[in-house]
Amino acid sequence: MRGTTRKVAVAAVSAVALLAAGCGGGDGDSSDSAAAGAEGGEITIRGCNPENTLVAGNTAETCGGDVLNVLISTLVHYDPESAEPSNDIAESIETDDNQNFTVKIKQGYMFHDGTEVKAKNFVDAWNYTAFGPNGQEGSYFMSVIEGAEEVGAEDSTTEEMSGLAVVDDYTFTIKTTEKVSNLPIRLGYTAFAPQPDSFFEDPEAFGKNPVGAGPYKFDSWTENQAIVVSKFADYAGEFGGNVDQITFRIFQDSGAAYSEVVAGNLDLTDDIPTSALIDNIYQSDLPDRNAAKATSYYGYIGINPEVDKDLSNPDVRRAISMAIDRQQIVDTVYNGTYTPATGWVSPVVDGYQADVCGESCVFDPEAAKAMLEEAGGFPGDKLTLSYNADSDHKAWTEATCNSIKNTLEIDCVATPLVDFSTFLTKLSDREMKGLFRSAWVMDYPSIENYLGPIYGKGAGSNYFDYDSDEFNSLLSQAAGAEDLEEANSLYQQAEQVLAQDFPTIPLWYGESKAGWSERVDNVVITPFGRPDLRVLTVSE
Amino acid sequence: MGKYIVRRLLQMIPVVLGATFLIYAMVFALPGDPTAGKCGERECSEAYKAAFYEKYNLNDPLPIQYGKYMANVVQGDLGENQYGNDVAGELGDRYLVTGKLALMALLWEGVIGIAAGALAGIRKGGFMDSLVLVSTLFLISIPVFVTGVVSQFFLGVKWGVASVTVSADATVYELLLPSFVLGSLSMAYIARLTRTNLAENLRADYVRTAKAKGLTPQRTVGLHALRNSLIPVVTFMGYDFGALLGGAIVTEGIFNIQGVGGYIFRGVNNRDGVAVVGAVTVLVVAYLLVNLLVDLLYGLLDPRISHD
Repeated sequence: MRGTTRKVAVAAVSAVALLAAGCGGGDGDSSDSAAAGAEGGEITIRGCNPENTLVAGNTAETCGGDVLNVLISTLVHYDPESAEPSNDIAESIETDDNQNFTVKIKQGYMFHDGTEVKAKNFVDAWNYTAFGPNGQEGSYFMSVIEGAEEVGAEDSTTEEMSGLAVVDDYTFTIKTTEKVSNLPIRLGYTAFAPQPDSFFEDPEAFGKNPVGAGPYKFDSWTENQAIVVSKFADYAGEFGGNVDQITFRIFQDSGAAYSEVVAGNLDLTDDIPTSALIDNIYQSDLPDRNAAKATSYYGYIGINPEVDKDLSNPDVRRAISMAIDRQQIVDTVYNGTYTPATGWVSPVVDGYQADVCGESCVFDPEAAKAMLEEAGGFPGDKLTLSYNADSDHKAWTEATCNSIKNTLEIDCVATPLVDFSTFLTKLSDREMKGLFRSAWVMDYPSIENYLGPIYGKGAGSNYFDYDSDEFNSLLSQAAGAEDLEEANSLYQQAEQVLAQDFPTIPLWYGESKAGWSERVDNVVITPFGRPDLRVLTVSE
Repeated sequence: MGKYIVRRLLQMIPVVLGATFLIYAMVFALPGDPTAGKCGERECSEAYKAAFYEKYNLNDPLPIQYGKYMANVVQGDLGENQYGNDVAGELGDRYLVTGKLALMALLWEGVIGIAAGALAGIRKGGFMDSLVLVSTLFLISIPVFVTGVVSQFFLGVKWGVASVTVSADATVYELLLPSFVLGSLSMAYIARLTRTNLAENLRADYVRTAKAKGLTPQRTVGLHALRNSLIPVVTFMGYDFGALLGGAIVTEGIFNIQGVGGYIFRGVNNRDGVAVVGAVTVLVVAYLLVNLLVDLLYGLLDPRISHD
């Protein structure tokens, strides 16, 4: 079933439904992947405290995202194994020119409050998210829609984006600011969820008692203790859940949650503590009850050549890259669970191409030295690799610095900054000299998500002030491509431009792990790195 | 006595004001943007930031911010933290849990510590003395983190005799292990304090007098020597109670206790000034009250210390 989705998606030419429903079955055909295991049962899993109230357009972190993922349905659903998109609420998403999209939605999807999901629920929700004075985190995702800039201004008075229009109860149109060939893939992100009418009356109260159109409905939320959701009887979609009730018990420490799983009091944790990773202790603690999967996490080193002129020569950056023994660091620091990167894009996304970085990402002390010499040597006397000390970065940054120091004889110091706030502030104020840690986790499974938001001119995460005409023009060509295949090939060319300019140094691709109790089965870690709670079953 | 208490209570006002202002200013002075990290790895949009700053009065200069805050505090409103939760309500729940934990830890260290210290002090150099010295040395040298994780693994996960983590209700049974771990370090100090003081007091003139006039050894040690030896111990316990209230972060983390330590820690990390100042204000008041209580206890333990 999964295979067909991809073929359809790739072959889809304009004017054809871009994402024809690949998975068979219509309404009422619940969960195709729950072959094994029974339905029903109640489980308790590890949760963490959401940063904000549970509003889909205002949640960009995993604590709240995990809960919202089972509470909401979006136009498109990502496959738990491969992240390939297939239609969920959408009946079809059609376009002639990659700029004007017509979305038809299925009838019969219900919100938990008993109202039906209609086209206006999407349009109103997106307008609300984009509206500047509402200050929603998800507004970034709306910026592709025409009129988002005006609506998104801090003191905007226009509340509706000109690019959205309701045609009838089950049809609406989207006009994007420029051509965006992969728009349908993006629409599965949480920020694009529809909101029921009750949301707009009192968003504040709604966030403490959210209502969605997903397979689970919200039961209760005790601050810092637990969030409980239970199966929604009237869920009409294909991607239903198996377990009757899920309790997210909130833990502040991954070690405590892990101990509870080992003791059999907690059913699932997706956060294995570092102490249990040493020599893969977790695999013997939880035999046959653990999983690891390559995820979209991509770690790299950022450099801003405008701030630190010592690093303005791409060949110097390339030499540093070749001086990093990625495999050895991965083996010693990450117990071999990460994979050395061979390019700027994670292998889990659609459009990935292997080995873009080539020799520049392979440890070669001789070549690195020669490259540095040819580039005229390192002009400064000291190199720093900054990281935020409130997270687990000390070990790898020091190992990386040692590798650079031993190979190139540049004095490299891993420099901690108190915490992530300080780190980000220094980055956005353009005061960060030297090398700095960076990482990316995808929002939606497309190669574009690793390029545009990070290296595009003026992009939110472009802390490198990277600005290449060639790269930018390839991006906009790709956005207007006839079909996905052509778009991906243009994005791949854009990635090759990165290989020439070497704005950042690729390090490794991540892996997520999960451990669970004897009570649950069918734990699937998605390429987003989260266990899929819909396919999960209780083993009794 | 009454006059003394009133004077002490009045002295608390400037202390509380000064402490909260210092904390407020320090949290405010921390570098970094409170909205950083709220939007994942990417920076928050300008609109989000503006709405956030407006909501929490972050655009005002420091004294005005502090003034607005204190005006609310005086009316009993500790404000809303950055998660939109009522700080007073949350602190109430958390101080209940932490207070319970701290009291139980205090009980552990008081009962076991004083008993062990008394046994050791009565026969200085005897077997009990050496045993207490060695075992307290052992406790002092192991960090709480290690005691916590090791006891959690063996008692909780492996043998299943204690609760692994603490649920929302924080029952006495669930808190047995964490409170013991938390109190273990101070227990060692109390044992040593008691032992040294008792051993010294037993050589004092009044003890010789008591013995000479024919009092039983129990009365001599229990009523006369031990009571006088407890003054430094009570001082220490008073201080320790305050420390336990605010500084149990490590233990709270290991056993997933939703207490005050973790709340303050998270507040500092998120630049959540309102949450931190609220929690610390309560902490300062608790500290002052416990210290007053300790001072009053002196009078009971040693009538020579009078507050009139």
